[in-house]
Amino acid sequence: MSTPFYVSPQQAMADRAEYARKGIARGRSVVVLTYADGILFVAENTSRALHKVSEIYDKIAFAAVGRYNEFENLRIGGVRYADLRGYSYDRADVTARGLANVYAQTLGTIFSSVGEKPYEVELIVAEVGRTDADDQIYRLTPDGSVVDEKNAVVVGGNADSIGNYLGQRHRAGLGLAEALKLAVDGLARDPNGGTPRALTPEQLEVAVLDRQRPQQRKFKRILGGQLARLLSGDESAAAEDDSDASADTE
Amino acid sequence: MEANLSGTGRLPAAFLTPGSSSFLDFLDSHAPQLLPGRRALPEGMTIEAPHGTTIVAAVFDGGVVLAGDRRATMGNVIAQRDIEKVFPADEYSAVGIAGTAGLAVEMVRLFQLELEHYEKIEGTVLSLEGKANRLTTMIRSNLAMAMQGLAVVPVFAGYDLDLGRGRIFTYDVTGGRSEERAGFAATGSGSVFARGSMKKLYRDGLNGDQAATLAVQALYDADDDDSATGGPDLARKIFPIVSLITEDGFRRLTEDEVAEIAVSITDQRREHPNGPQAPLL
Repeated sequence: MSTPFYVSPQQAMADRAEYARKGIARGRSVVVLTYADGILFVAENTSRALHKVSEIYDKIAFAAVGRYNEFENLRIGGVRYADLRGYSYDRADVTARGLANVYAQTLGTIFSSVGEKPYEVELIVAEVGRTDADDQIYRLTPDGSVVDEKNAVVVGGNADSIGNYLGQRHRAGLGLAEALKLAVDGLARDPNGGTPRALTPEQLEVAVLDRQRPQQRKFKRILGGQLARLLSGDESAAAEDDSDASADTE
Repeated sequence: MEANLSGTGRLPAAFLTPGSSSFLDFLDSHAPQLLPGRRALPEGMTIEAPHGTTIVAAVFDGGVVLAGDRRATMGNVIAQRDIEKVFPADEYSAVGIAGTAGLAVEMVRLFQLELEHYEKIEGTVLSLEGKANRLTTMIRSNLAMAMQGLAVVPVFAGYDLDLGRGRIFTYDVTGGRSEERAGFAATGSGSVFARGSMKKLYRDGLNGDQAATLAVQALYDADDDDSATGGPDLARKIFPIVSLITEDGFRRLTEDEVAEIAVSITDQRREHPNGPQAPLL
């Protein structure tokens, strides 16, 4: 039997990180940013059924880019974790920080185990608080690092350039329509400085964690007509009641 | 296993295994000790625990009403005066429970979670029929306890978005499920009297307010003849729980709204203790 080539741990980790990063960079971005009433999620996603943004628990949502089967697996694991924890203790004991830790441990173990290929995913776990000061956004990278983010964060392809754009323009207390417009402008930008693309409502997946929602579950998808009205800058659409409630908990 | 619930650590394989959208199935494979049905009493043993009593439901134009009294009894003692026995199951359905209070409340919690879990995993809601069937499974798993006197007998009511109307399902302790096509149903110790009351008062084409009044009348009649059912407690201001489920979703009537109905019924009963009269022919 021939002796395997020696690869230094540094090199092995760098290779794995590079592999995961490349996988993630192929995907379109997801933007998560705070606005006056909570946290807004905007993804470029033409599918109606395969979601990049999902509800995990009452005040916690999940956004991901990268390999669908891998992040879907993590999403379901997260829902099971949250539901089991809420059932064993209390709904209030399910927190984004706890969930982020579990994801970090899971990703980190997979990343550094020799037998498994690293996950090509980048996740965001966000929790809406009672006030904007209590909002929490965590970004998780494939190696299991957790970054505590503020205001606006982008994952996926062109994350850096979109992140810079948002970072300069985001301010506290944005209305929903303003925040959505900012996010969409960010996503539509050409990283090489060309003309921005035009993104239609059909190409976007939009959801919010809205602290003003009377229900215990604060996650709500913004769909169809309401999305189109918000995109056209109609701030009153933001105050729309959950009359199409069948869709809101989807 | 416990360590992974309370602290951090990699998600156990069971969490990341693709499979069922059911929280019950997940619990069954991963943490079976948390399932209510898995707790068996020693053979031949019975324990006395607080029991909840009467739940009534009635269909009206555009929805369904589900209401329950507030009394829990243990033998001939009133164990609790303000117990809640009517709960939203999800946006468009609710469950009312009679039977052993502790188990019933736990079962409702698990049922709510089951529906929510499915909704989050699948990205769509179960049909009303599907929800009713999930409840069957849960009651069936409780059969061993029911045989030892710890039965849970729910009424499940919801607005069927596909059919555009309210529906009621009742259960027996074995999980036997039946849809109540007469438009009204009752369960629990006072149900005989409540059902008799509704049989006389119920008619097609009721609106939501009338259905709520009907439900409170039936609970009043159950209280009148069944010692385990509590009527409106005017002194303590404890009134029945009345909830309406319509196209707009679940709504529990506020304390004031129920108080108004209860007080007007109580006033009227001072004149006519047996309540409204139905024509002989």
